[in-house]
Amino acid sequence: MPDQESYTPESTAGSIPTEPLLEVIALKKYFPIQRGFLKRVVGHVRAVDDVNFYVNQGETLGLVGESGCGKTTTGRCVLRAVDPSSGQIWYRDPILGRVDVVQLDKTQMRAVRRSIRMIFQDPYASLNPRMTLQEIVGAPLRAMGLMQGKEIEDRVAEMLIMVGLRPEYMRRYPHAFSGGQRQRIGLARALAPGPKFVVCDEPVSALDVSVQAQILNLLKELQEKLGLTFLFVAHDLSVVAHISDRVAVMYVGKIVELASTTEIFINPKHPYTEALMSAIPLPDPRPREKRVLLTGEIANPANPPTGCYFHPRCKYAKEICSQVEPPFEEIAPAHYVKCHRAKELSLAGAVKPSL
Amino acid sequence: MSTANPTTPKRRWWEYWKKSQLENAAGEREQDESFYRAGQWQLVWWKFKRHKLAQIAMTVLGLFYIIVIFAEFVSPYDPQKRFQEYSTLAPVNVRVVDAQGQFHLPFVYALKRARDPVTLRPIYEEDTTSKRYPIVLFVRGDEYTMWGLFPGNSHLFGVKTEPDTFVPLFLLGSDTLGHDMLSRIFYGARISLTVGLLGVFLSFFMGLLLGGIAGFFGGLADEIIMRVVDVLVALPTIPLWMSLAAALPQDWPQLKTYFYVTIILSIFGWTLLARVVRGKLLSLREEDYVMAARLDGESEPQIITRYMLPGFTSYIIVSLTLAIPNMILGETSLSFLGVGLRPPTISWGVMLQEAQNLQTVAQTPWLLWPVAFVIVAVLMFNFLGDGLRDAADPYVTG
Amino acid sequence: MADRDTLVEIKDLHTYFYLAEGVVHAVDGADLTIRRGRTLGVVGESGCGKSMTSLSLLQLVPAPGKIESGEILFYKPVQSSSTNTTVDVIDITSLHPKGREIRDIRGNHISMVFQEPMTALIPVRTIGQQITEAIILHQGVSKQAARAQAIDMLARVKMSRPERVIDDYPFQLSGGMRQRAVIAMALSCRPSLLIADEPTTALDVTTEAQILDLMRTLQNDFGMAIMYITHNLGVIAEMADEVAVMYMGKVVEQTDVNRLFLNPLHPYTRGLLASIPQLNETIVRADRSRRLQTIKGMVPDPYKRLTGCPFAARCPAVIPDLCDKVEPKNVMAESGHFVRCHLYTEASSS
Repeated sequence: MPDQESYTPESTAGSIPTEPLLEVIALKKYFPIQRGFLKRVVGHVRAVDDVNFYVNQGETLGLVGESGCGKTTTGRCVLRAVDPSSGQIWYRDPILGRVDVVQLDKTQMRAVRRSIRMIFQDPYASLNPRMTLQEIVGAPLRAMGLMQGKEIEDRVAEMLIMVGLRPEYMRRYPHAFSGGQRQRIGLARALAPGPKFVVCDEPVSALDVSVQAQILNLLKELQEKLGLTFLFVAHDLSVVAHISDRVAVMYVGKIVELASTTEIFINPKHPYTEALMSAIPLPDPRPREKRVLLTGEIANPANPPTGCYFHPRCKYAKEICSQVEPPFEEIAPAHYVKCHRAKELSLAGAVKPSL
Repeated sequence: MSTANPTTPKRRWWEYWKKSQLENAAGEREQDESFYRAGQWQLVWWKFKRHKLAQIAMTVLGLFYIIVIFAEFVSPYDPQKRFQEYSTLAPVNVRVVDAQGQFHLPFVYALKRARDPVTLRPIYEEDTTSKRYPIVLFVRGDEYTMWGLFPGNSHLFGVKTEPDTFVPLFLLGSDTLGHDMLSRIFYGARISLTVGLLGVFLSFFMGLLLGGIAGFFGGLADEIIMRVVDVLVALPTIPLWMSLAAALPQDWPQLKTYFYVTIILSIFGWTLLARVVRGKLLSLREEDYVMAARLDGESEPQIITRYMLPGFTSYIIVSLTLAIPNMILGETSLSFLGVGLRPPTISWGVMLQEAQNLQTVAQTPWLLWPVAFVIVAVLMFNFLGDGLRDAADPYVTG
Repeated sequence: MADRDTLVEIKDLHTYFYLAEGVVHAVDGADLTIRRGRTLGVVGESGCGKSMTSLSLLQLVPAPGKIESGEILFYKPVQSSSTNTTVDVIDITSLHPKGREIRDIRGNHISMVFQEPMTALIPVRTIGQQITEAIILHQGVSKQAARAQAIDMLARVKMSRPERVIDDYPFQLSGGMRQRAVIAMALSCRPSLLIADEPTTALDVTTEAQILDLMRTLQNDFGMAIMYITHNLGVIAEMADEVAVMYMGKVVEQTDVNRLFLNPLHPYTRGLLASIPQLNETIVRADRSRRLQTIKGMVPDPYKRLTGCPFAARCPAVIPDLCDKVEPKNVMAESGHFVRCHLYTEASSS
């Protein structure tokens, strides 16, 4: 497959100083569509359709896209909360070494799950309402056999303080807390076993603006303090710009562009990225330049267009775009694009570079 | 694996608590700490206490079950004792005002024979010239063996009479064989109100097990179990119960018949619960906190018991509470039709066998008193179930 | 405050909810002015009362809530002759919630678009049936005429193939298309005011851009006023001509959009603006160590009755013994710029 060939760790050796903490190669997740009484499989929803990226230690990779693009599923595949259909996920586990998460058995998976953790989007659905905070935050410690009894209690107190809550709250139930506080609790639970990598599944989307700021600050602070690496899945581009070092843009199951935050926002190379950038409503009342307004609807992941999935809506599309799927190529150092015309197009970003 | 942070001293949680108590300024809701620490059941209980009808239902049902337990003590007479002379007697008149118009504590007059002017049958009438027989508490009366273990003869209330005078205190009248209706109703409660409970517990286990299998494993097991449920729900209950009950041999001992009647009633009872359990399990599987539990490393049994089961325990309890009246009505119907329990077993349905024709009902309407008790019991269970359901539902306010 | 251009004036509105746990002052003294043909953005976080204000405007407050006091004056345009349009002033708070007068206003003079298009549309009736229902109800035209108008309306909201979509059911349409259908429904009777309660929050950003562009075009075409409720300051900057900021049921600042962003007066507005991630160069040029400024504390318990300014506990500029005791009045700090804060006094009359 052209995608896999053009992307290998070695080909980017010049631009990455160290070996990445996480490397995803040719990841696919297809959901079967079943019809009828006998549940025959009539097709597949290509939620994640051949995705390749890497995340370096200590950095934050933002994963953005609109509904149905597969970003949430990708995040969940990384720690096998959802089992991928195929692909490789290479992770440098502190205990097991460099392993392919997709191939691990149950016991090995248990070990890896200490090191890769997740925080969820909905603060009201991600905490068991029948458990106290102590039980919730202590659950991974107990279930993974890391600690017992008093040690768990001490660790829970430590985690609650770290996320900005009072340790005596551990006797309370989740219903006593607001959305922002619940996200902190979820964060405490995620960090309790001392992970290296955290998948953040839209952690601030359900929060008010002022609370969002508090949680984003907390995430940054903890990243520095604990040396964490984040995969930050989100749809709000301003938030992603603020917290990510690099950004991957997804469309209908594929990554169409992957580059540093600066490059993506100032100098995008994919027409979809350009459209996304121009669609962001900026909190600045001064008139903007003419928007790139997309026509049509997002493509159907169960029945995607031929060639480049974006071609029906792309104003730069040529004939080749409807016939051949573009390769995922590195057209500038650490800047990958999936577009036939990437090298020749000159696109507008969300922010104008100063001269 | 703990990354000990040297700046955080290791303290017990209550030490933090005390410290914060001292530090707290007036503005915070610390007095609501009990609310914050209230688990699921505590919250449900607080809400439940506010539901007026449910509170009434609790009291009435409490009373009923006290009667069930202490039937021997609470009944004025032995329910199997026949007072041949006083058969089909209308409920006696409990007076507080005597024939001369004076007030006394509740009492009754003795009865004298007379002839009904219309039917010319011998009937009993109040003898207002006789002595007043006050109703007193804790009288000595018929012998009994409490729960088959403790002999006694003290009854909660009765009339105090001379040793060889008999003044019947049939508060609800007597039936054709001369039994005291009230005493029989109290003893009958034992069967009628417990058959429901046993049947419901059987249904509970079957429903939980089969619904759980269907919901948790899905696939073929789910399909089969749900189709069985569909078929059972489509069958008409009373004819099926009747034919099954009629198939029970007549010469079986009472207890055995009782047990099998319970089983028959449970055949349909589990279906609704199975559907509810399956539905809830399917929806709970998708909840974020269940996924988080898996990622935390919790084992499947743990996930079911700690994470998923508490999510619908309240539904189960409500379903069961609302299933009990069905059982009561079922037993009453079967016994009324003669295919459930039979005399000498006493249940409300058995008592109603005597009230099967219009003539009886017209002339001796007090034979229908068991119906009133059935209605009250069913109503009270429904109120209780409503109260529980409203209390357990997080979206109902007030 | 009312002038020739005023369409709706909300004065000191109080809408309370009577619950078993206590009384919630959802709207606690809100003052708003909506001008003809202009867009008023109402911005605030959850629980600030912005949605309840709009529901009060249409007497749609659900039980156990009710409008406690205040006035909602609607300057209804009345065509007295072909050239002359006078204005009928109606106090909406005096109308019965189920009466004929308010029903004559709803859907006809004042329409509303909600956040979730799927719940605003009846799933078992076609789009066409739902649009024509409003037309027939208010304009009394025949079914064919109403259908023609509906197709025209769908074309105006840039729905592809309107003559086909008109017979589709809501589940056959995507989120963006449904929202367009809802907008078509709301505008079918050419209302003078469209209330939009977070209409694009549930949509993707590219679809949102399309819908915002559409609403601006329609506003130009129909000359209607829009009351745009949202928590997204970016959308406010795009859509609004004037902005009102709400906190705990009160309007704490109201002015035109440029002044709000360039010179916010109320500390809450300032805190809000400082806490949103800004896509300017500083961020994108890898100054990512910058922390977002936050507003300390949390939104207070809605059951608690507070004295003084509701923002006092979280305000960085709080004046002790004043802000927590005395409620600040709404003052005009500069021409056309109103703020409810002790830091400001009434500007000397020009």
